[in-house]
Order: sequence, then C-alpha cells, then structure tokens
Amino acid sequence: MSNSQDTYFIPEPSRWPVLFSLALFLAFCGTAFMFNQYLATGAMPGFGSHLLLLGFVGVFVMFFVWFRDVIDESISGAYNNQVDISFRWGMAWFIFSEVMFFAAFFGALFYARVYSVPWLGGEGAGAATNEFLWPSFDNIWPLLVTPDMTVEGLSSKFTEIRDIIPAFGIPALNTVILLSSGATVTFAHWALKKNQRSGLCWWLFATVFLGFLFVGLQAAEYVHAYNDLGLTLNSGIYGSTFFMLTGFHGFHVTMGATMLTVILLRSIKGHFTKENHFAFEAVAWYWHFVDVVWLGLFIFVYWL
Amino acid sequence: MSYGTTHERHHDDHDHKPTGLGRWLFSTNHKDIGTMYLVFALIMFFVGGAMAMVIRAELFQPGLQYVDPQFFNAMTTMHALVMIFGVIMPAGVGLANWMVPMMIGAPDMALPRMNNMSFWILPFAFIMLLSTFFMEGGAPAGGWTMYPPLITQLGDGFPFLIFTVHFLGVSSIMGAINIIATVFNMRAPGMGFMQLPLFVWTWIVTAFLLIASMPVLAGAVTMLLTDKYFGTSFFVAAGGGDPVMFQHIFWFFGHPEVYILILPAFGIVSQIIPTFSRKPLFGYESMVYATAAIAFLSFFVWAHHMFTVGMPLAGELFFMYATMSIAVPTGVKVFNWIATMWRGSMTFETPMLFALAFVILFSIGGFSGLMLGITPADFQYHDTYFVVAHFHYVLVTGAIFALMAGAYFWLPKWTGHMYDEKLGQLHFWLSTISVNVLFFPQHFVGLAGMPRRIPDYAVQFTEWNMISSIGGFAFGLSQLLFVWVVIKCIREGKAASEQVWEGARGLEWTLPSPPPFHTFTVPPKVDAATAHS
Repeated sequence: MSNSQDTYFIPEPSRWPVLFSLALFLAFCGTAFMFNQYLATGAMPGFGSHLLLLGFVGVFVMFFVWFRDVIDESISGAYNNQVDISFRWGMAWFIFSEVMFFAAFFGALFYARVYSVPWLGGEGAGAATNEFLWPSFDNIWPLLVTPDMTVEGLSSKFTEIRDIIPAFGIPALNTVILLSSGATVTFAHWALKKNQRSGLCWWLFATVFLGFLFVGLQAAEYVHAYNDLGLTLNSGIYGSTFFMLTGFHGFHVTMGATMLTVILLRSIKGHFTKENHFAFEAVAWYWHFVDVVWLGLFIFVYWL
Repeated sequence: MSYGTTHERHHDDHDHKPTGLGRWLFSTNHKDIGTMYLVFALIMFFVGGAMAMVIRAELFQPGLQYVDPQFFNAMTTMHALVMIFGVIMPAGVGLANWMVPMMIGAPDMALPRMNNMSFWILPFAFIMLLSTFFMEGGAPAGGWTMYPPLITQLGDGFPFLIFTVHFLGVSSIMGAINIIATVFNMRAPGMGFMQLPLFVWTWIVTAFLLIASMPVLAGAVTMLLTDKYFGTSFFVAAGGGDPVMFQHIFWFFGHPEVYILILPAFGIVSQIIPTFSRKPLFGYESMVYATAAIAFLSFFVWAHHMFTVGMPLAGELFFMYATMSIAVPTGVKVFNWIATMWRGSMTFETPMLFALAFVILFSIGGFSGLMLGITPADFQYHDTYFVVAHFHYVLVTGAIFALMAGAYFWLPKWTGHMYDEKLGQLHFWLSTISVNVLFFPQHFVGLAGMPRRIPDYAVQFTEWNMISSIGGFAFGLSQLLFVWVVIKCIREGKAASEQVWEGARGLEWTLPSPPPFHTFTVPPKVDAATAHS
C-alpha cells in the first residue's frame, strides 16, 4: 500500500530551513526585547521593534521563496503521488496540532466557569477563600465584577465590564458569514474539479471577501468592547478568555484568508489542474478548521 | 535553482554528497540531520551536566558554599529544561532520523526540508534560553514547570523563556509530523504496520503524543505571557482565574511529555534485547498495544503531579487509579523483555549491558513511581528528594541509558567502525555504579523529609548527600569517556560488517556500514527474513 512508484523524490539541499529558523529567532528575540523595554520604560519603539521587523520580513521572504521552490517543483512534474500523500499527512496533523492549541484555551475557559469562579464564590473547597478574601464576591457568569473589584472598587487594577457582547448580534452574523464562506470555498473546489476557471476564481474571491469581512466585523466589535463596554483583556477572567479565544481565532482567520488570497492569485495566474491542486485543498481544510473553531466559540464564549 | 528526482541522480552517482559547511546548514539528508541532532544532544548533555555538577557541589555539605540560592534555583531549573528539551528529546529525534527511514525501507524522511528546519530551530532556541543567564534578573529559577505566580516574577529572562518554549514546540511538532508522514507513507512495499520494528512503533506513538501535547504547553505559556504583559487573569485569583489552572494545563502536557521521553527508549531496548538474546522479541503484538495503551492513558493521569495542591476527593481518587493502571501495560513490556531473554543465547556487549541495566533500573524508577502515585503516600513524598530520585531513575537510568545503549548499538552502522568494546564496557560499569551511588541515597533523604530545590539542608542529611555528590561527580566524569569512545571509534575503529551484530535482524542491517548517503533509491523488497523477525 505504501507506494507504487519505482523512484523517490528527495529535494536538493535548501537554504531556506536554516534561514527560516534564523528569521523566527530574530522575531522572537525582538518581541522579547520589546516586552522588556516596555516594562522598563513604558516606551515601545527601539532596538526590539527593529529586530522584530527584521525577523518578520525574514519570515515573509522565507515563506515566499520556500513555497516558490515547492510550486516550481510541483509544476515541473518532479512530484509523484507519494509526495502528494506526504503533504496531506503533514497538513492534516498540522491542523490537529492547531486544534490542540485551541483546546488549551477552551480548557482554561471551562476550568474558569466550572471550577475557579464557583470556588471563588464560596462553593466546594472555596468557602474559606470566599469568606476571608472576597466575602461579597458572587459566582455569576459572565463574570462582570472580579473578586478584586468587590474589595478595591474603582481603584482595582481590573476594569469593570458594563455589558457583554450579545450572541445574537454581530457574532451570529459572523457565524453566517463564516459558514457561507465554507460553502463558497467548496463551490470553488467543485468548479476547479470541473475545470471551470472563472467559477473557481469568483467563488474564491467570494470566500476571501467573506473572510476579511468577518475579520473587519470582529475588529469593529473589539473597538466597541474596549470603548463602550469596558470589556478588555484587563477585565478579569471573562475578558481574558473572551479576547484570547476570539483573538487567536481572528488571527487564524486572517492567516487563512491571506492563504486563500494567495490561492486566488495563483488561480488567476492559471495554477492548479483539476487533478493536481493540493495547495488549494490544504487551504480549504484550514478554512474549515477555523470555521469549526468558530462554532465552538459562538456556543461557549458568546451564547451559553 | 536545481532539483531533480533521485531517478535522475542514481544514474550518475547516487552517493554524491554536498560538501563544506553547506552540507550541514542546508541539509535535506536524514542521516546528516540525525547526526546533527545527536551531536547537539551530546553537547547539551555536558551543558546540562555541568549544571548538575554545580548542584551536587553545593549540596556536598549543608550551608551555603559556592552559589547563592537564586543561582542554585536557576541551576535546577535550567538543568531540567536543558536535559529534557535539549538532550533526551533531540537525541530521540536524532535516532529516529537515522534509523526510521532505514528500518522501513524509505529513501529519507517524507519532508526533508522541514526536517532540517526542526533541527536548526534547536541551536537558536537554546541560544535564547542560555542567554538569560546574562540578563537582568538572571536565568529562570522558578522550576522547569514554570508555575505562576513565581515564574512571572522572573526578570528580563521571562519573555525569552516563554518564546524558547514556543520555538522548541514548533520544532517538536514539525519533527513529529515528519515521522508520522514518513512511517505512514514511505514504507517499502510489503512492510505492513505489524512488520514495523518496535523502535518505529514507539516513535509513531511518541509523534502522536508530541502533536497532541506540545500545542497545549504553547497555550499554557502564552497565558503566562499575557498574564504578565497584557493584564489577563488566567492565573490570578483576584481576577477570577486560578494559579492551579496553570498546573492542570501544564501537566496535561507534562505527563504525555514524560512518555515522549521514555517511549523511544522502550523502542531502543526492544531492538537490542532480541539482538543479543538471538531470539525474536517475545509478544511483539502485545508490545505494540502496550505502547499505545501507555500513550492513551498518559492523557488521563496528569493531576498525580499535583495531589497536594488541592483537588476534590473524587479527583484525587480518579487520578490515583488511572495512574496505577499505567503499571499494567508497562509491566507487560518489562515481562516481555524478560521473556525475550528466557533461554536465549545471550551475549553481553555494551549495548546489551546498558539495555539490561535499563530494564532493572527503570523498573526501580517505575516502582517508586507507583509509591508516588498513591495519593495519601504522595502527601508525604511530594516535593522531597524521593521525587528527585524517582524521576532520575526513569530519566537517567531509563531514558539516558537506553539512548547510550542505542548509540553503542548503532554506532558501527553509522560510522562503519566498531567501537572499543573494553572502553565501552568500562563506560558502562563506571556509569552504572556511579549513577546508583548518585541517586539511590536520594530515596533515603527524601523519605526522611529533605525537600527538593533547596541549596541548604538540615545537618542529618549530610552523609547521604556527600555520598550522592561523590556518585554525581563520578557519573559526570564517566560520560567524558563516552566522548572518547565515539572519537576513537570514528578515527581508528575496526571496519564493521553489514550485519554488525550476529543476532541483528531488519532492513537496516542489510545495508553497508556506513550506509550510502541516499539509502534506498528504489524501494527494497521486504520479506519474512528482513522484517522485524
């Protein structure tokens, strides 16, 4: 079952992996210096940000040249079926690792809702904590008033949440947008498989449009939360889980939409055949993954 | 740019090698990348070992002798991070890189360029980690488990620690994906899953553990980062979070992690014992299922690392029983190794000696693990030197001994030269005696109540600590002998045959020693004679 070809494909030595590692190293160090600078002086620009910029440009260039090589190899016919299957295994398990990354943050959300907030409110083993530290704290979710605020009032380091974002407003609209984009990317795939190039490009364009529309609405929602609702990263565990989950998801949507844009440009350029288009499929898989994560967010962060 | 299929290449010269520094920097060859992993792990072994020497020097006597307490804690923290992420994991991946493609009849890893990136991340990541020694606030000193709120009080080194963990996670996940793609997709025709050598099996399972657990660690340290710099309150009770939440998320990664460290060791030992017993592995299928069972169970036992932190009684009981249940598949493995040796025609070359020491000494670590897994008993043992003794028995005489066994076992295959058997056995006996002098007394001081991660101790612990330190220095020095054995083997060892060991079975032993730069350009045929036997 392993393979039916009688030869293997092995790429020639490549400069990109080690340079990619270097670029990531610069980006990580730059960010770390920035954080330290910020804590020490309160000012952001400086050495760290330059290093980050350099690293970021490096990462971008590496993505470009590395994928350029892969695309060249693919188009020249150097790949056999076995290489294609290796790419599929690679992408599938990469997406699984992303699922586990989100699982950590969902785990934090569930832990806060099921354990830490009820305990702080005096349930279970938390009776003494509640009585001696925060006696007027109530176990309510969404947690608008943190334990600290019940003692410190307005001088608390946490901001008070005046209101949360209702599920059936922009979030519901965003659900519709993202689910529709999942459909449009499938239509694009069907068009590609029937070799309808204009259908492919237009459906892809629609998907990219919906993807960035989602990000735009999400950004507007963040501005609203920060300016009008007092819902910030700084407003206790509700704000922490809300922004980290939706923030990482929004980042992944942005990545996915950027990848879809690349696929769209390549489609316009005439890349992909109806048999050979794994790059398209990989991005489509990724897109469905961000879709599914969003459903989890909509249900557990916004709705319930 | 140039590229081509091996189809083009094997017509002219299929053993042509890139030369100079570029051969290593830009490599897409599983053997070169494997060598780099192994050399890197060996260098870090001495870096982490030097830190252990500082710890044992300070603990030679009660009172403060050489280092201040903050630096002592930095030593324990960094020793752990270096040994786990810089030695055992890279050495395991290095062996996988070298051996998995040869064992399954593949030309190389499935994704060779990504393979090189997984390696080259490591030196950069450890530059980041080790540079924290020279920063304001020093190196991480809050323990390798990075519990908040202590760890967030670290100085300028904090973001470097967090990003090192992210960076290493990227490397591990890429490495794991590569191994899965290789084994699932690159096996030679006729090589079914139940014909895979056990080393390959343990690595598939390890790869799944890596993909499932490393992202969770990345999430946990990301929350530490935002708690410190962005005002989130995941681990701040005043904001509705809980510092204990970090421990749960961390150990959800951390317990699978210990199997990431030990499963490849199981695989190595399962290759070596049949070879030197000149018998097939006893209970091959049960070994495969036991490996999978251990990995599966490892996701449901994490809270046994935190019995004393406070948990509902049902939680304490659940995690105790789940922990006990892991002893069953582990016992299957130990009994299978013993049964493999039963009535075998055994010889005791260095790899076999290390493998045998592994079986015995790892079992001691396993038994002390069972003691620690009993909740009420753990209330006594928690955070004492008994815990230190336990995990050093499983990680040093377990993982490191198996890696040493693997190195001696495959060194002739890699280099084409036999190592010096006398020196190898000297290395074995020095290591085995000194490591027990080093760690066995730590059980006693631990049971008597000596806490871990403390630079000073009560005077009644002095004698055993002195003995332990003497064992430690002897063990550290003995490892220098290993470097000499390797160098001597490469430079002047006698030529090794294809099969190297009389009892060796499997595809890798049908190849010349050293194997050609590109192992298989066309898929080999696998039959009963070359399969795992």
